[in-house]
Amino acid sequence: MAYVQRKIPFVGSPETNPETKPFFDASAAGKFMVRRCTSCKKVHWYPRAMCPFCFSDCTWEEASGKGKIYSLSVMKRGEAPYAIAYVTLAEGPSMMTNIVDCDLDSLKIGQDVKVKFVPTEDGPPMPFFTPA
Amino acid sequence: MSLKGAGYIVGAWEHPTRRATDKSVALLHAECAKGALEDAGLTKDDVDGYFCAGDAPGALGPLSMVDYMNLKCRHVDSTDVGGSSYQVAVGHALESIAAGRCSIALITLAGRPRSEGMATGTAARAGNPTGPDMQFEYPYGPTVVNMYAMCAARHMHEYGTTSEQLAWIKVAASHHAQHNPNAMLRDVVTVEDVVSSPLVASPLHRLDCCVISDGGGALIVTKPEIAKSLKRPKVKVIGVGEAPKHQMGGAVDLTYTAARWSGPPAWEMAGVKPSDIKYASIYDSFTITVLMQLEDLGFAEKGKGGAFVADGNLISGVGKLPFNTDGGGLCSNHPANRGGITKIIEAVRQLRGEAHPKVQVPNCNLALAHGTGGSLGTRHCGSTVILERE
Repeated sequence: MAYVQRKIPFVGSPETNPETKPFFDASAAGKFMVRRCTSCKKVHWYPRAMCPFCFSDCTWEEASGKGKIYSLSVMKRGEAPYAIAYVTLAEGPSMMTNIVDCDLDSLKIGQDVKVKFVPTEDGPPMPFFTPA
Repeated sequence: MSLKGAGYIVGAWEHPTRRATDKSVALLHAECAKGALEDAGLTKDDVDGYFCAGDAPGALGPLSMVDYMNLKCRHVDSTDVGGSSYQVAVGHALESIAAGRCSIALITLAGRPRSEGMATGTAARAGNPTGPDMQFEYPYGPTVVNMYAMCAARHMHEYGTTSEQLAWIKVAASHHAQHNPNAMLRDVVTVEDVVSSPLVASPLHRLDCCVISDGGGALIVTKPEIAKSLKRPKVKVIGVGEAPKHQMGGAVDLTYTAARWSGPPAWEMAGVKPSDIKYASIYDSFTITVLMQLEDLGFAEKGKGGAFVADGNLISGVGKLPFNTDGGGLCSNHPANRGGITKIIEAVRQLRGEAHPKVQVPNCNLALAHGTGGSLGTRHCGSTVILERE
């Protein structure tokens, strides 16, 4: 099934708040940021100021943008078909995203993917993924 | 202190409607309350504890509903964990009764997503922007169906589960629904019918999904002394458990549900094991929901749920574990997009010997009703209730 550009997001645009503003500011500059704990050193998702593993403080760092598809589903009944997925980042955590710019029905669990920023309608661009 | 036997379900009533264009949500709740009270042989003035969840209308639903029904309560509880809220409410009612905070608990659920034209499964929604997860999820179009579909895809990848195995769950539900005059879908379907129905979100087909229905249900839970004074068969609550599961900081694992954690305390409290259960109501928003919960509750080994559900093993009179003998959410009813209460109601019917004769399990003295609320793909709660006919 061919990829068709759709309106992103479907409804509204991502809200930002003081905790997550640096993520979206970096996204606007084309940088994909994740949070790493200063104490346990683990990267988590979605980004939080306080580590969800040990409640210590986290810093921002730029991610490699590399990952593997953990699971996916192609939505056939939407306005245009799209592939929603969890991608396991090279840094560790899995994140919800879409896989874009590809034949959706050929996508496979375990496939290597890389980040691609996609503009949203009236908010900051968001990290999507394409086959690596 | 164990809550085993601290409460009995003495009233259970499912609204017969599946489309309620001419009723308000508050009226549906109240009609369910009236039905359950009449079933129990009690009146509204006997109720001193009220339990509801997010489907209760108004910003402060429990207050609006006790006002609407003009109940004089000593206790209210509105724990909202989606479709699993009603098994949770049974557990909380037991705690409240044991603590002396109420003696006759009313639990209601109602809604009308069908009349309101809600595209429950396929519409992407923004949800509440104050949710900390929303900005990292809703731009990607998560819907009810594609979130559960990702669980199915991963389960298939890790364990070789097939669409045909999932289809058997719907086939079993349809065999039961043919005997339920109130069921939305009464035609018996085949595995071929399910796998050839249109894909909604791969790998889930249209017939892997539950119905969208208006309606509701209600339960009355009370203490042993009052239960003994009533005329209905005694359905004793002997095990309860609840637990949430989520994305775990990014350590996402879509192959199991919160039933893995809500089941063990319920089994332990009840002092029984899965092979003792004569009838099981298993939350069936989708076929994959049933398969994963059966594994997580211990009815089948993890990864072998597909083989367990195949070949009619869930069909009453045919298989080893009769399930959802009213047709369940897959064929009969999923009122307010929350199927927890109808799971308990059918378990009560089975224990009373009041299920349809074609699906009644002989000598049904032990039943389980499990709920899942929220989304298996992100955040959800599992809640387990084990019931015994006394």
